[in-house]
Amino acid sequence: MASSHFKKKTSTKQEIPTASLPDIIFMLLIFFMVTTVLRETTVQVRTMLPQAEALTKIDQKRLVSYVYIGPKKLDGNRLGETGVQIDDAVVEDLGDVRTIMYRKLIEQPKLIVSLKVDQTSEMGIVLDVQQEFREAGTLRINYSSKRELPS
Amino acid sequence: MAGLLKKRQREGGEIPTASMADIAFLLLIFFLVTTTIDVDTGIGMVLPPKLEEDIDPPPIKERNVLKILVNETGLVLVEDQPSSIRLIRDEVKKHVLNEGVDPRYAEAASKALISIKTARETPYDSYVGVLDEVWMAYFEMWDSEARKLGFLDYAAYVNSVSSQDAENQIREKIKAAISIAEPDKQ
Repeated sequence: MASSHFKKKTSTKQEIPTASLPDIIFMLLIFFMVTTVLRETTVQVRTMLPQAEALTKIDQKRLVSYVYIGPKKLDGNRLGETGVQIDDAVVEDLGDVRTIMYRKLIEQPKLIVSLKVDQTSEMGIVLDVQQEFREAGTLRINYSSKRELPS
Repeated sequence: MAGLLKKRQREGGEIPTASMADIAFLLLIFFLVTTTIDVDTGIGMVLPPKLEEDIDPPPIKERNVLKILVNETGLVLVEDQPSSIRLIRDEVKKHVLNEGVDPRYAEAASKALISIKTARETPYDSYVGVLDEVWMAYFEMWDSEARKLGFLDYAAYVNSVSSQDAENQIREKIKAAISIAEPDKQ
């Protein structure tokens, strides 16, 4: 019984059907196309994030707006004074933060601001920026930090 | 010349699909390389809304507030006593779960408040370290409360609550009230 079965099988072609291969690849392709975020901002300040344990995940990436605070990157690996960057540009006057964030809040009422602050930054500028957030009404913030590595 | 044209017309008018998979592969590899799947993680906070000029902030009893002060060098004062970042977690738990026993700590868990104050020159790193410990204290308290109610941990409790549309009683009992104080003006 068993041997006859095997004989039958050996007579058939031993090729994997490749007709559906493009479809499978297209499925994968569409998955990665949907998950990709092409627009990446060039960060002009250094942000070495602090480590923390009590982390929460932000699942909805489209609600998030990033604010970078850290020493400005200069030519030749040198670091300048602390700057605040929103989207592509470094904000020169901290008072502008209010109007920028207010406009963002109107576009996306559920806005979460992710603060990517360099470890070495001083609290003064962070608190100033937070004060501007309060004025603008963007109250949900997130101190972006990395998972603590077990030491 | 005319003969060549005739030959072409005799061939089937189909697009060759053999290279379809290769083209799709190339596109796939491009998107594979450009995709970043890493999820953003961080410590979530909700800032207090802007204060109205004519409304006074609600009165808070001094004993319900646990004051944590972080100075320029990252040293910590808890209730005006020198402390360290590692001790904060236990201090917060003691403060919140005091239930009026110790007069130095809070009257009730729902009234407890943690106030973190920094100097303008405090490094962000130490501030996040302190904030992290305070949040970890709350996470651990929520976890133990959830375990008392027979859940595996707080996340399991939240899941069951949100599926039943019920009130989150643990959160009602132990509120994570963390206030970030403005540094003193010099």
